[in-house]
Amino acid sequence: MTTVTEKKPTHAGAPRASRPSAPETRAGARRRRGLSTLTGWAFVAPAMVIILGLSIFPAAWAFLLSLQKWNGFAPPKFVGGANYTRLMSDEEFWAAVSHTGLYVVLFVPASVLLGLFLAVALNRDIPLIGLYRTAIFVPFVASAAATGILSTYLFSPQYGLANNVLRSIGLPAQGWLEDPSQAMLVIAIMSLWGQAAFTTVIYLAALQDIPNELLEAARIDGANRWQTFWRVVWPELGPVTVFVTIWQVIGALQLFDLVYTTTRGGPLDATKTIVYYLWEKAFKALDFGTGSAAAYILFAVTLLITVGMVLYARRRNMEAF
Amino acid sequence: MALTSLTRAPRTDAPARHPKRRFSLWHLVLAPIALLFFIPFAQMLLASLSPRSDLVKFPPPFFPSRITLDGFVGLLTDTDILRWLANSTIVAVISIVSHVVLCSLAGYGFARLQFRGRTAGFFLILATIMIPTQLLMIPTYIMFSKLGIVNTLAAAFVPWLASAFGIFLMRQFFLSIPIEIEEAAAIDGANRLEIFLRVVLPLARPAMTTLAIFTLLSSWNDLVWPLIAINDENAFTVQLGIANFQGTRRTQWDLLMAGNVIATAPLVLFFLFAQKQFVQTMTMSGLKG
Repeated sequence: MTTVTEKKPTHAGAPRASRPSAPETRAGARRRRGLSTLTGWAFVAPAMVIILGLSIFPAAWAFLLSLQKWNGFAPPKFVGGANYTRLMSDEEFWAAVSHTGLYVVLFVPASVLLGLFLAVALNRDIPLIGLYRTAIFVPFVASAAATGILSTYLFSPQYGLANNVLRSIGLPAQGWLEDPSQAMLVIAIMSLWGQAAFTTVIYLAALQDIPNELLEAARIDGANRWQTFWRVVWPELGPVTVFVTIWQVIGALQLFDLVYTTTRGGPLDATKTIVYYLWEKAFKALDFGTGSAAAYILFAVTLLITVGMVLYARRRNMEAF
Repeated sequence: MALTSLTRAPRTDAPARHPKRRFSLWHLVLAPIALLFFIPFAQMLLASLSPRSDLVKFPPPFFPSRITLDGFVGLLTDTDILRWLANSTIVAVISIVSHVVLCSLAGYGFARLQFRGRTAGFFLILATIMIPTQLLMIPTYIMFSKLGIVNTLAAAFVPWLASAFGIFLMRQFFLSIPIEIEEAAAIDGANRLEIFLRVVLPLARPAMTTLAIFTLLSSWNDLVWPLIAINDENAFTVQLGIANFQGTRRTQWDLLMAGNVIATAPLVLFFLFAQKQFVQTMTMSGLKG
C-alpha cells in the first residue's frame, strides 16, 4: 500500500496543485504515482468490472444484435436496419406503443399529484400520523409479483372485492382485468397503490426543505393557507416536480412485471406494452434481433422525452438536475 | 446557534397557547386513504386464512366464516415454497454483502484516492445509470447461458452484485466526511486500507444501511432476471415461484394468497421495524436519475 502523503484535495475531481515541499527525484515521483494509481484501481476495479460487464458491454452487444437476424442457435445473419424498418411497419408494435402511452397517461399524472397531495397531508404533527404514514408506505415493499397476484384477486369479476363493493351499493359489476377497456386502468391503480409512497416521500423531503422564513413571510403578508401553498410552496417544489415526473415517465415506459403477473398482455392484447412485446419477441419467439431493435427504440424514445422535459424545465427556470 | 433559537422561539410557544389541540380536519382525509391503502393487504391476509369454499362463494363474504391454515398447508405440500424462500434469502444475502462491500470500496476510491483515469472511470459508471434494464435483457441472457449460470441462483444475484447507484451513494457520503479525520490517521502511520477499514467505514454505517436496504428490496422483489434466466423449479426465487404458480392455479385463491403473504411478509416486517431507514432509502434511491 502507498504511504499517504497527498495534499488535501480541495474538491473531488478538481485538479490538485501538488507541490512537494522536499525536492524529489523524478523516478521516485513516478513510482509513487504509479503505486497510488494501482491502489486507486484496486479499490474501484472489482465493482467497475461487474457494472461495465453487465451494462455497457451488453448494451453495445444489444445494438449489434439489433442489426442481426438470430434465434440463438443458427448462425446470426447481418441484416442491417431491417429489424428497425420491420418494427416501424408492425401493427402489433404500434399497438404496444399506444398501450404503453395509455399507461403513462393514466399513471404518471396520478402518481405525481397523489404524491404531492399525500405529502402535504402527511406533513403535519397530528395524532396517528405515524399510523397513516405506515399504511401508505408499506405497499412500497410489495413485489410486482405479489401486487399482480393480489390484483387478480381484488379485481376478479366473480369473487373480487371491487365488484363486491359495486354490487353492494347497487352498481353493475365490471370486467376489470378481463375487460380490454379497463385492464390498463386496473394495472395503473395497483401501480399507484404500490408506488405512491415513492413520490410521497420525495415530496415530503422537499416540503421539509422549504425554509420556514418563507412561509412565515407569506403569513405575515396576510396570505391564507391556500394562497401560501400555490404562491409559495408550489413554485418551490418545481424542480422536484420535474424530477419525479421524468422519473415516473421513465419507469412507466418500462412497464412489464405487473402486466406479466396480471394479464400476460391480454385481454385481446390490450395490456401488451413495449417491454412485454420485446420480451415475447425475444424469449417466446426467439427473435433476438427484433427484440433488441425494440429495446433500442424504447431507449431512444426515453432519452428524447427526458431531454425534452429537462429542456422545457430549463426554459421555465426550474433546474431539476 | 443563537439564530436558530431566535427563529425557533415563536414556534415552540405557539402550541402552549392551545394546550388542547383541536381535532384536525386532515384526519377526515387521511383516515380513509390510509384505510384504502391497507385494504389490499387485509384482503390478502384474510383470504390466505379462509377456507377455499368461502373464496368461491357468490357473493363472497367480507370476512372468512372460520380461520384456517389450509391455504398455507396446501401451498407447502403443492409447491417447493420453502426452497424458493431459501433461494431468495441466499440471493438477497449474497447481493447485499457484495453490493455493500464493492460499492463502498469503489465509492471510497472515487471520493478520496488520486489515480489516473479516476474522473473518466467515474463518469463511465454514472453513464450506465441511463441504460435501461430491457436493453440488457437479451444479451445478458445470452451471456449467462454462455457462462453456464442459466438455471442457477447465480442468474438471480449476479445482476445485483454492484450498481452505479451504490457507488454514487457511497462516494457522496465519503465526500461529506471531514478529511482531517483521515489525515490524522495517516499521520499516525495507517495506510490507505487501514484508514478505510478502521476510520472511514465505521462512520459510513448510515449510508451502508441505506444501500443494504436498497439491495434487499431490489434483489428480493426482482422478477425480470429470474424469469428470463431460470426455468428450473429448484432454482426459483420466491417471486418467480409464486408468479409461476399463479399461471397454473388461477382460482385457488387460498393457496395464491398464502404464497403472497409468505413472499411479502419478510419485507413488510422488516419495514415495520426499520421504517425510518426504509424511507431514507426511498428518498435516496430517487437519486438514481
